[in-house]
Amino acid sequence: MKFVDEFRDRAIAERIVKKIERFDSLKVNLMEVCGTHTMVIFKQGLKGMLPKNVNLLSGPGCPVCVTSQEDIDKTIELAKDENVIIATFGDMVRVPGTNSSLEKERGNGADVRIIYSPSEALRIARENPARRVVFLAIGFETTSPLIAASLLDVQKEKIDNFYIFSSHKLIPPAMEALLESKEVRIDGFICPGHVSVTIGSNAYKFIAQKYNVPCVIGGFEPLDVLQSIYMLLKQIKEKRTEVEIEYFRAVHPEGNRIAQELIDEVFEVSDVMWRGLGTIPKSGLRLKRKFSDFDAEKEFRPKTKKSKENPDCACGEVLRGVKKPTQCKLYRKICTPEEPYGPCMVSSEGTCAAYYKYG
Amino acid sequence: MDPAWFLLKAHVQPITNMVKKFKDNEKKILLAHGSGGKLTHQLIKSFVKKFRNLPLAKLDDSAVLKFKGKLAFTTDSYVVDPIYFPGGDIGKLAVNGTVNDLAMVGARPLYLSAAAIIEEGFSLVELERIIDSMNRAARAAGVKIVTGDTKVVEKGGADKIFINTSGIGLIDSGVDISSKNARIGDRIILSGTIGDHGIAILSAREKFDFQTKVKSDSQPLNGIVWEILKVSKKVHALRDPTRGGLATSLNEIAEQSGVGIEIEQEKIPVEEEVKGVCEMLGFDPLYIANEGKLVAFVPQKDCAKILNVMRKNRYGKDAQIIGTVVSRHKGRVVVKTNVGGERVLDMLTGEQLPRIC
Repeated sequence: MKFVDEFRDRAIAERIVKKIERFDSLKVNLMEVCGTHTMVIFKQGLKGMLPKNVNLLSGPGCPVCVTSQEDIDKTIELAKDENVIIATFGDMVRVPGTNSSLEKERGNGADVRIIYSPSEALRIARENPARRVVFLAIGFETTSPLIAASLLDVQKEKIDNFYIFSSHKLIPPAMEALLESKEVRIDGFICPGHVSVTIGSNAYKFIAQKYNVPCVIGGFEPLDVLQSIYMLLKQIKEKRTEVEIEYFRAVHPEGNRIAQELIDEVFEVSDVMWRGLGTIPKSGLRLKRKFSDFDAEKEFRPKTKKSKENPDCACGEVLRGVKKPTQCKLYRKICTPEEPYGPCMVSSEGTCAAYYKYG
Repeated sequence: MDPAWFLLKAHVQPITNMVKKFKDNEKKILLAHGSGGKLTHQLIKSFVKKFRNLPLAKLDDSAVLKFKGKLAFTTDSYVVDPIYFPGGDIGKLAVNGTVNDLAMVGARPLYLSAAAIIEEGFSLVELERIIDSMNRAARAAGVKIVTGDTKVVEKGGADKIFINTSGIGLIDSGVDISSKNARIGDRIILSGTIGDHGIAILSAREKFDFQTKVKSDSQPLNGIVWEILKVSKKVHALRDPTRGGLATSLNEIAEQSGVGIEIEQEKIPVEEEVKGVCEMLGFDPLYIANEGKLVAFVPQKDCAKILNVMRKNRYGKDAQIIGTVVSRHKGRVVVKTNVGGERVLDMLTGEQLPRIC
């Protein structure tokens, strides 16, 4: 497939690995922030190709995984309303809440529909005028502009049965929180490709400057990841701390202005709770007041009893790079993709799912 | 969240309804069609006329058949949604699916039964279309449908039509094909591209916002198996990777034969468009269903001639050697990725498309 196969070339991969091997004096922890990177690394078997001195840590860049238990419970409460149709990306359906999951509620008769784009959610709203559609907007800076755009459509078309449950999060504050916690040593970040298409490379400058951690924005093909690792090692070796773009075929230092404006028009920054990381200041997006008519939380006020994560589930530690899935007591023994206990085993971008599937 | 599919959406066209809409005044299946009375008889007679063969024409309670030798016997039910899809329909699928199950133990498929559970109100015209399709598929595969049944259930009791087929085939002496029989050193041959059926179904479904030109690969494999057995009876294992895809079939054989399997991703043929849809939606073609492909485990010394006859067959022209059976990592499948990495290829876990066959 054009523009894909070129980035999976074996001969080039071998050449990059050889170049990486030359940095054998550096013992480094590199974190791939994004869940899609984690998946590529596992699916393509990249870990096995790298020398032992390069340790890859998976970060908090899986949107479903970092959604707080309280938010999960709220979506489950929303689904129980007979007049509500929940529209959501597939991974959310199976994430276990404190007492139930959307999948279980669907079994009890709730109307939960898996969609592939916000426009499908809009279509459901148009086709079901007598019912109320709640779109679970879970994601990072990749999905937020699209959802902002669809909300503007809703406003223009005067659709009055469409609501957003916004659990949107921002990546750079989470990276900062990880560095502040000093729980793990991170010598370099592979920054997410698609998030960076929106926010640009300048958004990470403070990480490189304030925390002296080199950043490389990588694409999602195996050669992109290998090249990003090489670029990070080169920075470390040369004692530089910069934000470099490997994924330059899609990422611009300024990012996508139009997408940024869309986000700004609809959302405002807020403090938000992350699974595993706690509440991070200015790390979430909530709807601006002028869009509060579309805010599912304000409209439905879902009440949850005390939300509780499974105390044995190590998703939190896994998301911070503190533990590997194999160090969780539930992993593979009772927590499996068929019967997941934590979101990292559910999501197609979850670290536990990657370990389970390809490990 | 990988939003690649958002970006690519511009390249796909909006879906048009695959299923032909018939007029309201056309004849429909009534509960009386299943009551055993006059309408039932009319219906059965119309089937008999179409399938035209001796054991069926007798209209006894059972078809009476003569055999000599080792028999293979299999059954499968078909509930595919939608009932028409690019490259086939539920009728074709019901015949080919069972024919292929017989072929995968090296049997020559001879006779099929066909039983339909039909929802009240289903169009008679559509029923006829499906019966015609079954008839064509049976002729193409050289099998006879010798017994059958129809039941009608009230509206909502079933979704349009469900079909069960069972099949009987004869196994020649000297043929011993089983998923327990893969041996260390065996070469693994795949008969063609993977993922076509699953992606065709996926794109035919109205709830997906795209359409492709991918067609289901629903086709009979008894011919190609016959060709293989003519040049070598030493085939150890055969599988048609339906639900769960190639990955699941390989895992089943690794586990049941107690061997390790190594395959090369590069060698596995996948249609460009199937690759594209998979990239967009985050599917792996290795887990997508097929309805007309087989994977064969054969001794190395017979591999070349088997590959040769397979490639001469219309259903095997893209055949490839994709891997080897090894003594390492028993019960597991390891894939060498395009870039040269290695990873475990597990059975299908988590999400699977429901009602794919």
